[in-house]
Amino acid sequence: MKPHSGELLVHTSPFDSARLTTPRLMIEVNLVLLPVILAATWYFGFGALLIVAAATAGAVLTEWGFAPRRAGQGRGATLADGSGVLTGILLGLTLPPGVPLWMAFVGGVAAIGLGKLPWGGLGGNPFNPALVGRAFLQAAFPVAMTTWNPQGGFAQWTELRGTPLAPPFLGSEVDAITTATPLSRMKFDGDVEALSSLFTGNIPGSLGETSALVLILCGGWMALRRLFDWRVPVSLLLTVILLSGLFHLIDETLCPNPLVMLTSGGLLFGAVFMATDPATSPAVPKAAFIFGAGIGAIVVLIRLFGGLPEGVMYAILLMNAAVPLIERVTQPRVFGR
Amino acid sequence: MSFFGARSFRHGVHPEEHKDQTAHLETERMAFVPRYELLLGQHGGKPSVPVVHPGQKVVRGQLLARADGFVSTSLHSPVSGTVRSLDRCRHPNGSLVPAIEIEADPFSAQTWPEPKPTDPSTLDNDQFVEFVQSMGIVGMGGAAFPAHVKYKLSPDKPAQKLIINGCECEPYLTCDHRVMVEFAERVVRGIRILADNLRIPEVHVGIEKNKPDAVAAMREAARGDERIRIVDLVVKYPQGAEKMLIKALLGEEVPAGRLPLEVGALVNNVGTMVAIADAFDLGRPLVERVVTIAGPNVGRPSNLIVPIGTPVRDVLDTCGGLNAETREVVMGGPMMGQPMISLDAPVLKGTSGLLAFPQTQLDRAAEYTCLKCGRCVEACPAFLNPSKLVRLAKVRRYEEMEQAYVMDCMECGSCSYACPSNIPIVQLIRVSKSSLRGKKRG
Repeated sequence: MKPHSGELLVHTSPFDSARLTTPRLMIEVNLVLLPVILAATWYFGFGALLIVAAATAGAVLTEWGFAPRRAGQGRGATLADGSGVLTGILLGLTLPPGVPLWMAFVGGVAAIGLGKLPWGGLGGNPFNPALVGRAFLQAAFPVAMTTWNPQGGFAQWTELRGTPLAPPFLGSEVDAITTATPLSRMKFDGDVEALSSLFTGNIPGSLGETSALVLILCGGWMALRRLFDWRVPVSLLLTVILLSGLFHLIDETLCPNPLVMLTSGGLLFGAVFMATDPATSPAVPKAAFIFGAGIGAIVVLIRLFGGLPEGVMYAILLMNAAVPLIERVTQPRVFGR
Repeated sequence: MSFFGARSFRHGVHPEEHKDQTAHLETERMAFVPRYELLLGQHGGKPSVPVVHPGQKVVRGQLLARADGFVSTSLHSPVSGTVRSLDRCRHPNGSLVPAIEIEADPFSAQTWPEPKPTDPSTLDNDQFVEFVQSMGIVGMGGAAFPAHVKYKLSPDKPAQKLIINGCECEPYLTCDHRVMVEFAERVVRGIRILADNLRIPEVHVGIEKNKPDAVAAMREAARGDERIRIVDLVVKYPQGAEKMLIKALLGEEVPAGRLPLEVGALVNNVGTMVAIADAFDLGRPLVERVVTIAGPNVGRPSNLIVPIGTPVRDVLDTCGGLNAETREVVMGGPMMGQPMISLDAPVLKGTSGLLAFPQTQLDRAAEYTCLKCGRCVEACPAFLNPSKLVRLAKVRRYEEMEQAYVMDCMECGSCSYACPSNIPIVQLIRVSKSSLRGKKRG
């Protein structure tokens, strides 16, 4: 053995650290989204891929161009943590299947440009950036954001839904066949979708939200890998089940079966991928329960009593705003005090 | 108490153990080296005061420096030899501190004087405390706080429960493990001496489950003594921290800023019990200890009985030296240990391990911004909010950190370990704490 002769380095303890690093966390969540993207492509054709790609391109380009950098870092250095790509993919999966690609791109720009960078980048933003992007699109292009093209099977995967290639601002005539999501049919027509279709995802809706089966599997995997704080989705979903169960017992025409509430709309997608964003959910365990429960309660209230058929996006954004307040009253009791 | 009945404390982390490198290795006695350096400040209290002069011949176990006040302890020669100088030597942290240098006699001359047993039952509490102090015994778990200070009986807060720490929750270290396996009788002997003299009715020995042979050996040695309870604990860091261990064994939280005596507990390491047994039965002061030499870059990982004062370089050479890729040597465990600035520094009474690491282990991935993921909050055994403390530390809002109880941090490093963004959380907290202490003083 060659004797050691070099200089010694001096770090500070601890001299070991957990395997999970921030970029790895982001990359793993990106990978968990692959089955969701596949399900979207299965039901809505390869246009789904184009929409996700357009939103991601908008997000990544904005991050590349404008992210605050530390001294010595090159342009785009923050892309290495994988969070910019993640925001883009998440946004893309919340969009309707027929949305024009340029709108998806603009959504990606807004997600990063409004939702993340002005707050100082990763970890500084109070609102989930992907949902900021979606809220921006909802406000700017309300028609395109509520036009639902019907789902199909794998056989139609080459068919483009809607008018994805419409040029910007030149008006997108709604020439394709459109339909209504289970939640709007429930709200406005009183029809309740079959649970089996809700479960497999064979329903109209936003790209990534339709298949409960895929989302539950992804959530289970993320919980096993400890990629998120399990308290948020668990308290969120439990609150929805309890509240909607209560309303269901009171009046069946007001509220469908809790399982229908659970598997319809963006609830599962939001619970697994959006509400659990570490930066915009509480760091204090007790606060995480309150945060999740708050989202669940607001979703039920919006769906049953609000003007909109769906409320997951606004519920999460509202509770994002409440995080500092919740944390203020849930700081852990210090050991021995 | 955790979910499934196994006892522990709340929060904490599970670092990779790396104990199989040395857990099976029997302790060996290290050969003598020509030169020893005995720091006067071995322990947490006031440095000892030399009672020898250069050129003086000393024998093994002879007093070199006496205690200076109550929170201080004696220092003895680990070898027979000649006092070379009363000068300064390198502390592991790189500073130059007062030390006594001993030139050892040839190996053949190194024998122990005749054992001089002391019967502990003849000593009252004051005499007992004085005896332990005169034998230079400190806590062997790492902090090296003078042991006798804890033994002084106070009439209003008597110690009702003696807690013996055999957790060894730091990765890599197996010295306490080996002491329990090989010297279980001595540990139990020390426990009995202490429990008898302090009239403590209950003894709880906490050992983590990853040391079943130590649990078995200790149960065997303590068989028939109704007072002693050997408890196996789930494996979790930092279970060996005094207050965590009390929580795990007794289910009680020591109030913040107070001593374990507040809940009637007295906590000692297993190694300290052996030192007490040897002091009474053989009349031997604390002049050697078991040190684990391990890590990816040590030639021959070992558990060595090392005389206090042996230069670290010599200890590492005995263990096959360091290979060329070594970039950092740590004294103590990897979670709370001290990085060595110079290998000239000697082994101290609190040196539980010497670990050598290559560059790869130390190259931290880049630091990312705080995600607010809360992994540090879930790791912190003191239930602080490290994520919030970091936010405040980075803008030097130390007063607000104090209001968030930063002074309750025991610097176990669980937060830094858990942080996916590689933020040096515990280091930021250390700096803030010392700044707050400085403000108090100034």
